[in-house]
Amino acid sequence: MSPNLSAIFYLVSGVLFILALRGLSSPETSRQGNFFGILGMVIAITVTFLSVGSFSTGLIYVLIFLLIGGLIGAFIAYKIPMTAMPELVAGFHSLVGLSAVFVAISAFLNPEAFNLGLPGDIKLASLIEMSIGAAVGAITFSGSIIAFLKLQGIMSGSPITFKGQHFLNALLLISILVLTYLLCSSQSSNFFWILIAVSFLIGFLLIIPIGGADMPVVISMLNSYSGWAAAGIGFTLENTALIITGALVGSSGAILSYIMCKGMNRSFFNVILGGFGATEQSASSGNKEQKPVKSGNAEDAAFLMKNASSVIIVPGYGMAVAQAQHALREMVDTLKKNDIKVTYAIHPVAGRMPGHMNVLLAEANVPYDEVFELEEINNDFANADVAFVIGANDVTNPVAKTDPQSPIYGMPVLDVEKCKSVLFVKRSLSPGYAGIDNDLFYKENTLMLFADAKKMTEDITKNL
Amino acid sequence: MEIDPFIFRLSIFILSIFIGYYVVWSVTPSLHTPLMSVTNAISSVIIVGAIIAGLAGSPDNIFTISNILGFLAISLAAVNIFGGFLVTQRMLQMYKKKKKDK
Repeated sequence: MSPNLSAIFYLVSGVLFILALRGLSSPETSRQGNFFGILGMVIAITVTFLSVGSFSTGLIYVLIFLLIGGLIGAFIAYKIPMTAMPELVAGFHSLVGLSAVFVAISAFLNPEAFNLGLPGDIKLASLIEMSIGAAVGAITFSGSIIAFLKLQGIMSGSPITFKGQHFLNALLLISILVLTYLLCSSQSSNFFWILIAVSFLIGFLLIIPIGGADMPVVISMLNSYSGWAAAGIGFTLENTALIITGALVGSSGAILSYIMCKGMNRSFFNVILGGFGATEQSASSGNKEQKPVKSGNAEDAAFLMKNASSVIIVPGYGMAVAQAQHALREMVDTLKKNDIKVTYAIHPVAGRMPGHMNVLLAEANVPYDEVFELEEINNDFANADVAFVIGANDVTNPVAKTDPQSPIYGMPVLDVEKCKSVLFVKRSLSPGYAGIDNDLFYKENTLMLFADAKKMTEDITKNL
Repeated sequence: MEIDPFIFRLSIFILSIFIGYYVVWSVTPSLHTPLMSVTNAISSVIIVGAIIAGLAGSPDNIFTISNILGFLAISLAAVNIFGGFLVTQRMLQMYKKKKKDK
């Protein structure tokens, strides 16, 4: 296939990828969008095979490795529980990063195959692009591995900080630039290896100080990095499909990071510099023991809900941990049978990654048109009879609106306290991720239901 | 003087960032998780580089380091492509509208 023709096909697959993302603007068009994405990928891979042309014995190995990877990927895709999506996505990001590194090294060792010049005499522009691709890929890889370990709970979610951390990171980032310069001026492979090693180290150091609560930002950020890595390789290979895709993914991840930061009212740099969740403990341990709390049981809760005409459910990650989403939907079904209007309110950072809670509810067969985002539903709390908070905490804390001293002050929160009554399912009075006491517990109209989320929901259903 | 082809690629890149910006802002927040998994899948189009690397060189010696890295990258990217698209599909299948009353 002539280079011009294949370039046109790569452009087509780039356009199909744009349509794939475009499809996600609504659930109805999303499946078609995914199909466009698959089509784009098939075109890109087929064209690559055709343009390489002369098939050596290597072809069989290419197909074998393709098949191995494909089978593993398909197996994971069918087995993975929806609660584990954040880990899965983090794991996948690391693979994009690592393959970017491998392709960059391969191009560096065998530049003729990629039309980049001869070993030891690679075109300057290609060398720079290669270095960017390899460096960002390596950062994505090691960063995602750390994120994966933290999300899996293999590594503690608490931030790891040490003295001079930021200084060290800055130093390493500068050394990347210096190494790229040295590599370009000397063409010496040693600098290339050091560059990659330093980048791996940066990815590692960048993510360890970030606490578990900030994982939604981290995953989005790594999503963005994986895009930039792909774009860097795209420039090296002079491949339009990769350049377009890299730019799309890069900006997508950046936007998601921005949305997540806004959901927590934190600046991006504040998250990146890390340490959140380690130092805030002092704010909570004030006078919480003295304050009275009303607690109730499943019967009380069922009574309140039966007499309500509208109920808003506020789910949080705790619901997913307790695997209560199916029980919750059964409870809602019973409520609906009694002609009670039920809606769901989702905070942007309710799950462990952007949109996580929506997927979990969708899995439990909750229709997506009953699920609303914070801005859409926040005014409805004042007119609702009962708010049922299950597994959420910080995102309902009115302190974010009232107390400028609070670490979460300014964070957008769900106006749960405006409901006539609030049912709060929780194991104990312990503070949430941010380590802040929730004023909502002590409000006149709040009834605390101390129990496991799943068990409590089932008990309520029985009493309805 | 002719324009360096790099400039054209840079133009595509910059314009694509803007396309990405507007397209992604129009994605409904409830589909942000599928958005992440599908971007994951499409960024694995990096597999084209891996295939070129895997098929490079003389037929006599297909196990140079460069080739082997290509093969490995193919596998890694393939995990992502299949895993990413399939898991996205699986998620999107779950998004259903309210059932009409029977």
